[in-house]
Amino acid sequence: MTLLRSFHLTSLCLAVGLLFISMLVVSPEVRAQQDVESLRPLVNALAKGKFKETEKQIGDLAATGDPVVAPALEALGDGDLYVRKSDNQVFIAKKSGSGYALSDPLTLEPAGEAGRRDVSKIKVNNSLRRVIRSALGSLTLMAPDPQVRKSAAEAVFKAKDPDAIESLEAAIGKEVEDDVRLVMEQARAAAILNSDRGDPDKLEAIGTLEAMGNRDALSLLIGLQDSSEGELQAAAQAAVTRINKNLALWDNAQNIWYGVSLGSVLLLAAIGLAITFGVMGVINMAHGEMVMIGAYVTFVVQELIRSSAPGLFEYSLFIALPLAFLVSGAIGVAVERGIIRWLYGRPLETLLATWGLSLILQQAVRSIFGPTNREVGNPDWMSGAFELGQLTITYNRMWIIVFALLVFAGLMLVLKKTPFGLFTRAVTQNRRMAASMGIRTPWIDALTFGLGSGIAGIAGVALSQIDNVSPNLGQGYIIDSFMVVVFGGVGNLWGTLVGAMTLGVVNKFLEPYAGAVLGKIFVLVFIILFIQKRPRGLFALKGRAVEA
Amino acid sequence: MSNKLSARFAGLAISGLMASTMFSAASAEETIKVGILHSLSGTMAISETTLKDAMLMLIEEQNKKGGVLGKKLEAVVVDPASDWPLFAEKARELIEVNEVSAVFGCWTSVSRKSVLPVFEELNSLLFYPVQYEGEESQRNVFYTGAAPNQQAIPAVDYLMNEEGVERWVLAGTDYVYPRTTNKILEAYLKAKGVAEEDIMINYTPFGHSDWQTIVSDIKAFGSAGKKTAVVSTINGDANVPFYKELGNAGIKAEDIPVVAFSVGEEELAGLDTAPLVGHLAAWNYFQSADTDANAEFIETWQAFIGDENRVTNDPMEAHYIGFNMWVEAVEKAGTTDPDAVIDAIVGVSVPNLTGGYSAMMPNHHITKPVLIGEIQEDGQFETVWETSGLVVGDAWSDYLEGSKDLISDWRAPLSCGNFNTATGKCGGSGS
Repeated sequence: MTLLRSFHLTSLCLAVGLLFISMLVVSPEVRAQQDVESLRPLVNALAKGKFKETEKQIGDLAATGDPVVAPALEALGDGDLYVRKSDNQVFIAKKSGSGYALSDPLTLEPAGEAGRRDVSKIKVNNSLRRVIRSALGSLTLMAPDPQVRKSAAEAVFKAKDPDAIESLEAAIGKEVEDDVRLVMEQARAAAILNSDRGDPDKLEAIGTLEAMGNRDALSLLIGLQDSSEGELQAAAQAAVTRINKNLALWDNAQNIWYGVSLGSVLLLAAIGLAITFGVMGVINMAHGEMVMIGAYVTFVVQELIRSSAPGLFEYSLFIALPLAFLVSGAIGVAVERGIIRWLYGRPLETLLATWGLSLILQQAVRSIFGPTNREVGNPDWMSGAFELGQLTITYNRMWIIVFALLVFAGLMLVLKKTPFGLFTRAVTQNRRMAASMGIRTPWIDALTFGLGSGIAGIAGVALSQIDNVSPNLGQGYIIDSFMVVVFGGVGNLWGTLVGAMTLGVVNKFLEPYAGAVLGKIFVLVFIILFIQKRPRGLFALKGRAVEA
Repeated sequence: MSNKLSARFAGLAISGLMASTMFSAASAEETIKVGILHSLSGTMAISETTLKDAMLMLIEEQNKKGGVLGKKLEAVVVDPASDWPLFAEKARELIEVNEVSAVFGCWTSVSRKSVLPVFEELNSLLFYPVQYEGEESQRNVFYTGAAPNQQAIPAVDYLMNEEGVERWVLAGTDYVYPRTTNKILEAYLKAKGVAEEDIMINYTPFGHSDWQTIVSDIKAFGSAGKKTAVVSTINGDANVPFYKELGNAGIKAEDIPVVAFSVGEEELAGLDTAPLVGHLAAWNYFQSADTDANAEFIETWQAFIGDENRVTNDPMEAHYIGFNMWVEAVEKAGTTDPDAVIDAIVGVSVPNLTGGYSAMMPNHHITKPVLIGEIQEDGQFETVWETSGLVVGDAWSDYLEGSKDLISDWRAPLSCGNFNTATGKCGGSGS
């Protein structure tokens, strides 16, 4: 339940927020009509003047303390508040057709339509958005929905406005949910540190923040440490030291997580190559382009879904996976039949031919889809992050790790447990013997190459979620892929897994100290030295297979 | 037999050659050739192909108006394929073989540096449309993109004054433009009293795609109790994964704004911008500029390219300004001779797309307004601040040792790109 809720946190929050707002407003018997109308001049005033004046108007609106103004403020922050040029009335406007559908900012009742040129948007900038966020926070602290109350408290925490202490205390008194109350108390502590209250209150607030222990708390305490003196400063200093110590531990966990995440990306990029290069021994420079084609398949699938079946968008990646496998795999088979089979045993020519092929594929994609980046959207379950202790774990990275391991396991299964896998291993280990046993070796070659390319294609589906989809996508991964396969041991899938993870983690531990550029160089130097010592990589094949 | 055959072939070849020279002689009388030197393949094709199309459109439009000096313009397009030495070769080909009157092209600084000697040696004209790091002024080159004082410095001023930023992350791709720009910005920030420990400088390789560590470093750097902002000179493709990571990690523009110098409408086209609303970019033009000239330009562009969702961007406007300046200078000089055009173009002033006029200055840089825009949900920018007037491009930064004494003035009698006001000599800081 909690897991499910956290998945859809953002959308839920939004929906519930809207529900709450409409609940507030659809109660005409409670609220006299004149009462609402008295707020209208204040709302209309939002359209006047520059950012500085608007900021003051927002303050005036928030000072009414009336939750009925919340929808207007929310719309302003989202850029949905417009002013009608003919009579300077302010409306909430949503795009509909070529114009806008208007609704009243206070009663939320529909108020007709307007053409694109009839209304103009009320501009907001970052500092206004900040002001709106904190104003909305104080207004919605008592909302019926716990999620809304929680995000309100978080907004007040960021605003650390001393004026909010009273309403926070009132809200804390009524709060029934423990986790929401905790956030409210933290917000209160932040506000107290920023107020002119006495030292005992502030010392207590320091305790609350220290228990919070994250970067936000650290930020506040460091600010206090610089601005206070005496006992307060000492307490703040002690808290800062303890939080820093704690965070340093979490930093290591974070580096490991980032390393595994980078490793899983490397694994995905390299695993197809581990078959074409590792198992078959073909130096395939066009491997990256197979990944790129997989990403473009995802793009095409999403475009089709957007135009014909928008409801399927959340499943677009699952639809793209088999298609990407088939498209890249089919191209792989064609490439093997058309080019590579003539070049077995001539690595240099294979390298040149496949490199030329990679240029051809890139330019073909550039001609068909254009040279600019294509937008591949992230489904909701691939966006956002959740907190685990002091770790921020983003969903897209997490699913890519899971996906990489699944692909790895699936590939292992195919190679070890299916007849096709048996034939593949037989052919690569001893071609003549396999042929004598009645295996049609040319077809096995083609299918194996197709399998490697197909796997590269589904890697492209995953990479489209974190990288940009352009004709150059593949180039960025080809060097890394070869590095992983050579480091892990040619011809051994386990080697590819361990190699990818090792390189990922080593890279991420080096990066904070050496920087991204030097870190990459160090990793390369490390691999060169390693290959000197163990020319066949981490997991060298032994026995007669080596000679094949 | 074989002799006869080869003789016939030779005859054919000669007549073919004659025909082609006659043809080109005939067409040379009628047209003025304009070279377009933008990569159409390789890594930079993503940005430069658009500029090639924009130039073709401008030339077509000019021909509809009757061309220049009564002659039609003819575009000569070559593809330097994102390969820096090839830029020099293709530039030579354009000038020597195709005999173009002017060249519009280059994107990266390294490609510009690679063609500089060619333009100097063969005395031709290059219009360079991209924002760059400055520290250069060459007689044959016209810099229609922004110099650092037309983009980076005003952006930092905006963050400092309007957002109250006290801590700075300067993040860039590891090459000459970010390194020089960051050096200028660091000197500028220190001159404004920002302490050493409040500046974090970070470089990443080209095409960097794993931003987790850097984004969490930015988050950590931002939790020191002071308002923090990121100044990004991250180039091209690396921006998409960077912004995706920012969005996923929940770094909101209200808390830690990112101002970018290389992210325009074209780069945002590959992104879902909803989590990025409020992050900033500094340019001299946004597609959202509300002027009639801009509306017309966008309409012509989308009709030319046949896609009503195609965006426009700042380097396109730079080509628009540069091309119109060249046309006017040629009309003024009455000839396409490079020396005459170089003399005539200084002081030429043409409308830009943001409602003002841009003028070519003696240092071969132009005057431009500086706009700060916030990213919107629809992938466009909304201008939240702009300079009250036009800013003159400064070739030599006032904030760097060794360049603050230099000025550039290509008018007679000075005619020098790096005149040292301290020593009173032409030739840079060395002498």
